[in-house]
Amino acid sequence: MSSEPILQVTNVKKAFGGLQALNDVSFDVKEAEVFGIIGPNGSGKTTLINCITGFIKMDSGRVSFRGRDISRQAPHKIAAMGVTRTFQIMRPYYTLPAYKNLIVPLFSPRARKGGGWRGGGKLGDRDTVCIDILEEIGFERDSFVPYKLASTLPTGYLKRLEIARCLALRPEIILCDEVFSGLSMSEIASMVPLIERLQMEGITLVMIEHRLRELFRVATRVMVLNFGEKLTEGIPEEVMADEEVKKAYLGSEEV
Amino acid sequence: MNEERRKERLDRGIKVRTEGIYAISSWEEMGYLLLPRLALICGMLALPLVLPIYWQRVISSVCIYSLLALGFDFLAHFLGLVSLGGAFFIGTGGYIAAILNTSLGLPPVLTLPVATIGGGAICTLLLYPCLPLRGVYFAIVTLMYPLVLARIIEALDIMGGTEGILGVASFPNRWIEQYGILVIVIVSLFGLRRLVNEDIGLVFRGVKDNDQAVKASALSINFYKSIAVFIASALGCLAGAYLVHIYMWSGISQFALDFSIIPIAATVIGGGGTLVGPILGCFILVPISELLRAFGTLRIVFYSLILVAFIVFRSEGIMVYAQRKYHQFERWVKV
Repeated sequence: MSSEPILQVTNVKKAFGGLQALNDVSFDVKEAEVFGIIGPNGSGKTTLINCITGFIKMDSGRVSFRGRDISRQAPHKIAAMGVTRTFQIMRPYYTLPAYKNLIVPLFSPRARKGGGWRGGGKLGDRDTVCIDILEEIGFERDSFVPYKLASTLPTGYLKRLEIARCLALRPEIILCDEVFSGLSMSEIASMVPLIERLQMEGITLVMIEHRLRELFRVATRVMVLNFGEKLTEGIPEEVMADEEVKKAYLGSEEV
Repeated sequence: MNEERRKERLDRGIKVRTEGIYAISSWEEMGYLLLPRLALICGMLALPLVLPIYWQRVISSVCIYSLLALGFDFLAHFLGLVSLGGAFFIGTGGYIAAILNTSLGLPPVLTLPVATIGGGAICTLLLYPCLPLRGVYFAIVTLMYPLVLARIIEALDIMGGTEGILGVASFPNRWIEQYGILVIVIVSLFGLRRLVNEDIGLVFRGVKDNDQAVKASALSINFYKSIAVFIASALGCLAGAYLVHIYMWSGISQFALDFSIIPIAATVIGGGGTLVGPILGCFILVPISELLRAFGTLRIVFYSLILVAFIVFRSEGIMVYAQRKYHQFERWVKV
């Protein structure tokens, strides 16, 4: 593991009108770690991901990926570098079958690099690659689920489809926006090993999460946001012991 | 007792069988696939032979509107861009062809491709700044261009001014003229139908369904939108260039809003998202407006009535209805 952080966020500020959604947020993410971001509703977690991936222009601050400044880039250019994201409100292509959803990321220049026009990368035919990626993420290959229209899939599969879209780009970082929310306990239980495997494959993960118990199983470090400000950062046990965090985020709730 | 029932729709067995490689398993399956396609192609190609003289000259104008409607349906239902640019495309293509023909003396066989590619490029370039706009905003911009261009030509008296450009060469005979445009329509139709199911077509549909997800997939949506706008505007410019060579004249009436409105009406009648529907719509609407010519200005009333009737009673469009009847059977089942 290199000591140089893979993603470096420095003094990011963003205001929506009078509301300071992000105020001087800075953090580093190391290669191949799972970095958790937690905080109460409206604390600016999704805005932070939007700023990093270019979907929202930040007012000031700097985001660099492997030392390269990406803070003023267009979202598709940032994704093309391997900094990918999922959406909290799932965004599949509802009129396409599940596996055809992955044709779109596989069609991108990043995925096509090293393969022919028909390639889907070095791996071969794109439809086959789609099914392979879906199997990896938990769609049973021989069932009819990968062939169903995305509009008919349940939440659990849509969340997986979000991650699959990132995997199709052969990402270096995946920024996950609440992949566990809206899932049943058993669905979450099957997602956790998936996250662990992605980490073992060397993919860096930044996870926004409300499900603390599951997050703390996989996260190496956690950052706490409150009203757009960074409260603290550290290993999960340390963060949970912090009095300020308890007051701001957990209240009397037990974890 | 009043029991609740609903209509259940199931795909016919033969429809499912013909979706994969099994389509070639028997003549029946092949016939099922070929019949509608051959009926359309043969029907269109037979038109110049069977129609009486008066109606023959309508064929070309039907085809010109068909190309526009094809482009409209492609942009609206596969890209999510509502384009009222029919008049813009026709005018641009028409003027390019007319100028190339009258000042450089190029024959139609050269002016048509140059007007198609060049016109498509010019239209795409002019529309490029508004590509991030969606829905009605994009529609407004595409509607403004023909109005603006017509006024500029009128006011500055350039490119023939209000007189227009006269003396454009015509086609050698009516057979070449009619079969030329019929073949162009058929090729564009089947080409586009193929394109929207290719991988790049799925990207187009992705832009319509969810442009944020396309951005997150490392694809530039403006780039893919401009490719699609180029395809649609090139079709429109080709239609415009054809029109100019048929009428042997190019003028500001080619920026008339008919070219923007009729394709939309045809798409409503024919069924949007099917690509073939809008062409059928043109084959219904354009002759009707020809028939109603006898009523003078009242024809717009009849025309509107037909449109309203379609929207109220068959809002899905002829082609969507026909495809459903062909591919599926329906039955009433208890809820």
